[in-house]
Amino acid sequence: MTNYTTASEPLDGKVPPGPIEHKWDDHKFATKLVNPANKRKFEIIVVGTGLAGASAAATLGELGYKVKAFCFQDSPRRAHSIAAQGGINAAKNYQSDGDSIFRLFYDTVKGGDYRAREANVYRLAQVSVDIIDQCTAQGVPFAREYGGLLDNRSFGGAQVSRTFYARGQTGQQLLLGSYQALERQINLGTVEMYPRTEMLDLVVKDGVAVGIVVRDLITGEVSSHSAHAVVLATGGYSNAFFLSTNAKGCNVTAAWRAHRKGAYFANPCYTQIHPTCIPASDDFQSKLTLMSESLRNDGRIWVPKDPGDTRSPDLIPEADRDYYLERRYPAFGNLVPRDVASRASKREVDDGRGVGPLKNGVYLDFAEAIGRLGRHVIEERYDNLFQMYERITGEDPYRVPMRIYPAVHYTMGGLWVDYDLMTNVPGLYALGEANFSDHGANRLGASALMQGLADGYFVLPATISGYLAPQLGQQPVPTSDPAFVAAEAEVSERTKRLLAVRGTKSPDHFHRELGKIVWDNCGMARSQDSLTKALGEIPALRDEFYRDVKVLGSDMDFNQSLERAGRVADFLEFSELMCLDALHREESCGGHFRVEHQTEDGEALRDDDDFAYAGAWEFTGVGEDPVLHKEPLVFENVKLAQRSYK
Amino acid sequence: MHVNLRVWRQAGPKADGGFEEYSVDDVSPDMSFLELFDVLNEQLLADGVEPVAFDHDCREGICGSCSMMINGQAHGPEKGTATCQLHMRKFEDGANITVEPWRARSFPIVKDLAVNRSALDRIIESGGFITVPTGSASEANLTLIPKDVADWAMDAAACIGCGACVAACPNGAAQLFTAAKVSHLNILPQGQPERYERVVAMVDTMEEYFGSCTLHRECEAACPKEISIDFIAMMNRDYVKAQFKNRRLSAQR
Amino acid sequence: MTIQEVSTASQKAGADDADRLAKDTGAPVPQKKQRGAPWPVHFWRSAIGKKWVMAVTGIMLLGFVLVHMIGNLKVFLSAKEVDQYGEWLRTILEPALPRTVFLWILRVGLIGAFFLHITSAYQLTRMNHAARPVKYKGGRNYVAADFASRTMRWTGIIIGLFLIYHLADLTWGTLNPHFVRGAPYENMVQSFNKWYIAAIYIVANIALGIHIFHGAWAMFQSLGLNNPSYNRARRYFATGFAALITIGNVSIPIAVLTGAVS
Ligand SMILES: Cc1cc2nc3c(=O)[nH]c(=O)nc-3n(C[C@H](O)[C@H](O)[C@H](O)COP(=O)(O)OP(=O)(O)OC[C@H]3O[C@@H](n4cnc5c(N)ncnc54)[C@H](O)[C@@H]3O)c2cc1C
Ligand code: FES
Repeated sequence: MTNYTTASEPLDGKVPPGPIEHKWDDHKFATKLVNPANKRKFEIIVVGTGLAGASAAATLGELGYKVKAFCFQDSPRRAHSIAAQGGINAAKNYQSDGDSIFRLFYDTVKGGDYRAREANVYRLAQVSVDIIDQCTAQGVPFAREYGGLLDNRSFGGAQVSRTFYARGQTGQQLLLGSYQALERQINLGTVEMYPRTEMLDLVVKDGVAVGIVVRDLITGEVSSHSAHAVVLATGGYSNAFFLSTNAKGCNVTAAWRAHRKGAYFANPCYTQIHPTCIPASDDFQSKLTLMSESLRNDGRIWVPKDPGDTRSPDLIPEADRDYYLERRYPAFGNLVPRDVASRASKREVDDGRGVGPLKNGVYLDFAEAIGRLGRHVIEERYDNLFQMYERITGEDPYRVPMRIYPAVHYTMGGLWVDYDLMTNVPGLYALGEANFSDHGANRLGASALMQGLADGYFVLPATISGYLAPQLGQQPVPTSDPAFVAAEAEVSERTKRLLAVRGTKSPDHFHRELGKIVWDNCGMARSQDSLTKALGEIPALRDEFYRDVKVLGSDMDFNQSLERAGRVADFLEFSELMCLDALHREESCGGHFRVEHQTEDGEALRDDDDFAYAGAWEFTGVGEDPVLHKEPLVFENVKLAQRSYK
Repeated sequence: MHVNLRVWRQAGPKADGGFEEYSVDDVSPDMSFLELFDVLNEQLLADGVEPVAFDHDCREGICGSCSMMINGQAHGPEKGTATCQLHMRKFEDGANITVEPWRARSFPIVKDLAVNRSALDRIIESGGFITVPTGSASEANLTLIPKDVADWAMDAAACIGCGACVAACPNGAAQLFTAAKVSHLNILPQGQPERYERVVAMVDTMEEYFGSCTLHRECEAACPKEISIDFIAMMNRDYVKAQFKNRRLSAQR
Repeated sequence: MTIQEVSTASQKAGADDADRLAKDTGAPVPQKKQRGAPWPVHFWRSAIGKKWVMAVTGIMLLGFVLVHMIGNLKVFLSAKEVDQYGEWLRTILEPALPRTVFLWILRVGLIGAFFLHITSAYQLTRMNHAARPVKYKGGRNYVAADFASRTMRWTGIIIGLFLIYHLADLTWGTLNPHFVRGAPYENMVQSFNKWYIAAIYIVANIALGIHIFHGAWAMFQSLGLNNPSYNRARRYFATGFAALITIGNVSIPIAVLTGAVS
C-alpha cells in the first residue's frame, strides 16, 4: 500500500461563522438543547476513562443522560492520563506576564506548526480558564504560593508562566478529580461503569454509529451495547513504536476499529518525540520513562567530541565536550522545542557520539548548575526526578550526568472530528488524544491535559445535544439487530483466529519488531526511502504474525496474551497508514520531519501551498489503497511564519 | 543474573491454587521486576505453558496497577517503590523469590497474581469526591489555600490506589487508602461542606469490605508513595467528630 | 516445575469463605452494615468506634495500672504504709459518700472498662480475621509491625488470665491458702516468697509492659490525637509509661525474692 486516491470534495470541519472570539458562544446558542426531563431518555456510550473520557462521562451523567463508560483497566482511575507529570496550561494570566486567551491560542497554533484548525484552538484557549476553576473546586491540590494563590510555572519553552501543576503528578491529580466526579455519578446511578472491558468494534447501521461490541476481559464474554451516541476517548497510539513513554496498555484498537467502520483517521504521521527520556538499557526494555522537560532548565546537554571517547564523563575535559544545542542554537540553547532537541540528539547518536553502554544517549549534566546554585537548590527543584532516575538506572545524577534520549511520547494524529468533535460517522465522537485534536503537527507541553479536559468537561457536553435533540422518542437500536449480531460474530471470529494460529512467536515479539520498523523508518526523521521500506516490511510482518503468532489459553478466560495479540494486530494495520501518511506529506512540520524537506541548517521546511490541510484517511480494506480527504486549513487570525529558534 | 521464582498460579477465582517454581537465567540487573515477568512469560510461552497473569500498565509507579507480594512484602523490599519500579539490582544473583497475589477477602483473585480491587472504587464512590457539577465552579483564586495546607493535601492525594496497604496489613484493612482520600478532601477548604458526611460514608463502606486498624504501620511501610498514617488519625478524628457534630451549625467557625 | 502446594483443606475452607463473598463476576460483596442506627449504636458498630472505645477504656486502665503500682510501691516503705493506703482507698470521698462506695464505683467502672476493652478487641479480631480468610502462603516479612503490635492479642490474653489469678490470689484469696483478709502486705510477701508465683507476676507484668508499649502509643492514633508538633512525644510517652509500669511492678516480687522486702 503505497498508493492512495484523493477525494475530490474537501472535508468540511463545520466551523461556525463569525469572528473567532464569538464562534463558540454563538455556536452553543445555535445548538439545539435537550430538555432536562428528556435527557435520561438518551443513552450515551463513553469508551475510555482518561481525562477526556472520565470528564465527559461525569459531565454527561450530571446533565442527566444515561451513560455507560468502559475502560480496559481494573479501575477508571488507572487510565494513562495518570502518568502526566508536568502540568496543565490555562490562559488565566495570574502572573500578569502578558498572557491572554489570544496568546495561548496563538502559541498553540504556532507551536503546532500551523497544522491545526484555528477555531478549535481558540475555543480550547477559551475554556482553559474554566478548567482550572473546575479542577480547583473539585479539590485538585494545585501548587500554591505562600500567599495561598495558585502557582504557575513556565513550561516547554513558553514565554509566559501559564502552567498549573500539582508537584510532578499533575495528570494524576487531574484524573483523580474527574474520576471522583465520575464515581459520584456511578453512585447516583447515572453512569454505569464497565472496567476491564475492552471495546473491540464499533457498530454502524445505515452509516450511523449505534453501539459497540466489547469483550469482558475477565470472562472473555463478547457482548454488545447500544446507544444514541458513542464517544471514543481511548487515548493515543504511541505504542505502535513498542517503546514509548505510554503505559503498556495504550492501544489504537478502539480508534482503528472505528476507522475500519468508516471513521476517517487524520494525520497519523504526526507523532511527538520527547527529548528527555531514559534510554533503553537492554533488549528486555518494556517501556521508556520520561524525565520531566523542566530538567532542561538547569541541565546542559553534551556529548564527547570524539566518538571513540570512552572515558567516564567526569574525566572528559571541557575542551573535549560538545554542547551541541548551545553551539547550534545560541539564543535558546538547551531550551529549544522538543522536536528540535530530539532531532539534534538523534544526529549525535547516529554519528556515533552516543554515550552509555549501548551508546544510545546523550548527557544531561547538572554539574555546572550544582556548582552555581548549590546542591540544595537542585535538590529542591528536581529531587523526586533524580531519585526516580537513580531507581531506574542505579546511577546518581548528582554525581554522574544523566543519560537521556528521545522517545515517542504523544500522538497528535487521531480520528478526524468536526468542530462538534463528531467524526464523519454521525453519532460517533472522539475526544482527547484519540482525536486529531487541536495540536496540529506538534503539541506544546502541558496542552494535552488541557485539551482532554476541555473536550470532556466543556465541549462535548455542549455539542452533543445538537445531535441528540432531533432523535427524541427514538429508542437505541436493539443489540439483537443484525448489525450487532454480525459485529459480534466478527469479533469472536477475530479472537478465535488469533488463538488458532498456535505459531512459535509471542505477540510481544511481533510488537517489538513492528516498533523497530516504525522507529527506524517513521521516527524522528523520515525519508521517502525509509518510508517505502517500512511500507514493504509492515505487510510482511503482518503476514508472519498471522502465520506464526503464539497465543495460549482460551478466549473465555482472563487471557492477557490474547488481549495483547489483538492490539498488536491492530497496530500492524495502523502502522501502515501512519507510514503512508508520512510518505504522502512531502513537507516537514512539527513532529513530522522529512529529511528531503529541510532548510540549509537542518530545520523543518513547511510547504504551506500544498500541505496546509488536515489529511483524513478513509479505510477501504486491509492493504488496500485508502482514500485521502483533505480539510483545508485556513488561517485568518494568525500569520503563517517559519519557526526559528536560532 | 539468575533467579529462582516461586509463583502463585491459580486458574480463576474459584480454582485451587499453588506455587510453581521457575528459574530464569540471563536476568539483567537493570531490568524491572515486571520485565523479569515479561521474560518469564516469554519463556513459559515457548515451553507451551500459559503465561502468568499479573496487572500492570504505566510501569512508572503511578497508575497503581501492579500488585505483587514479593518475599512476603507488598511491592517487595524497596521502600517507597511500586513493583514496576523495583529493579533486579536489588536482588542477589541466585536469589529465591516468592511471589504471591495480594490477599484479602475483598480482593478476590482474578487469576494468578491479578486480583479484583473494585472495592476501593466502591469506597470512593460512597463519598470520595466534592460535589461540584461541571461549570458550577467559582473563580479558582477566590479561595486562598495556605501553601502548607495544599502541600499536606497533596501528600494525601498522592495515593495511587494500588491496595498495597490492604495487602500489607495483617488485618486486611484499607485504612490508609481511605484515610488518604478522606484527608485529601477534608483538609481543603473546598471539602468542608461535605466533610462529615464524607468521612462517615467512606468509613462505613470501607468497613463493609475490609478489616480494622490495629496500628501495625505495615501499610505505611508498604505504601509506594510513603503516605503517612497520620492521615488515619485524622480520619479517625473526623469520624468521631461526625458522631457528635451538630451539622446544622457546621458553617460556623 | 512442580506444584508444590495445592490448596489444603484448611485453606479451602478459607477460599470457600472468600468465594461465598465473591459474585460470579469475581467482584467482592460487601458485608452490608445496617445503616441509619442511632449514633451510639452506629458508632459502636464501626471499627473506628470500637477502637475509640478501646482507647478510652485503655486510658482508664492505664490510670488504674499507674495508681495501683504507686500504691504497691509502698511496700518499700513499710507494711503500715501499705495498709494505710488500703484503708484510704475505702475512705475516699468520705463523708460525702459512705465508706467504700467510691471504691465500688471505681471497681464497677474498671470492670466496665475491662469488659468493653475486651469485647471490642474480640470483635475487632473477628472482623480482621474475616477480612483475610486466606493467609499468605509464602509467609510474611514484616517491616514495621513490631513484636508488641503483633502480640497485642496474646499479651492481652495473658494479662486477662493473670488478672483473674491475681484477684483469686490477693483479693479473694481463693487460690491462696495463707490468705488473711485485710492484710495485703503479709499476703503479698507470702505469695512472692514462692518463686513460681513470683515468676507468674513477673511474666505477666512484662506482658503488660509490652501491651502498654503499643497500646499507649496507638490510643492517640485511635482518638485521632495527632499533630506533627507532638507526634514524636507520643512514642516517648508510651515507651516511658510501659517501662515505668513494668519496672515498678516487677521490682516488688524481685524485692521479696531477694529478701529486700520481707
Ligand atoms: C509520561 C507522560 C507524561 C505526560 N505529561 C503531560 C503533561 O505534563 N502535560 C500534558 O498536557 N500532557 C502530558 N502528557 C500527555 C497526556 O497525558 C495525554 O495525552 C492525555 O492524558 C490523554 O488523555 P486521554 O483521556 O485522551 O486518554 P488516556 O488517558 O490514554 O485514556 C484512555 C482511556 O481509554 C481506555 N481505552 C483505550 N482503549 C480502549 C478499548 N479498546 N476499550 C476500552 N477502553 C479503552 C483506557 O482504559 C483509558 O481509560 C503526558 C503523557 C505521557 C505519556
Ligand atoms: S504499573 Fe503502574 S504503578 Fe506499577
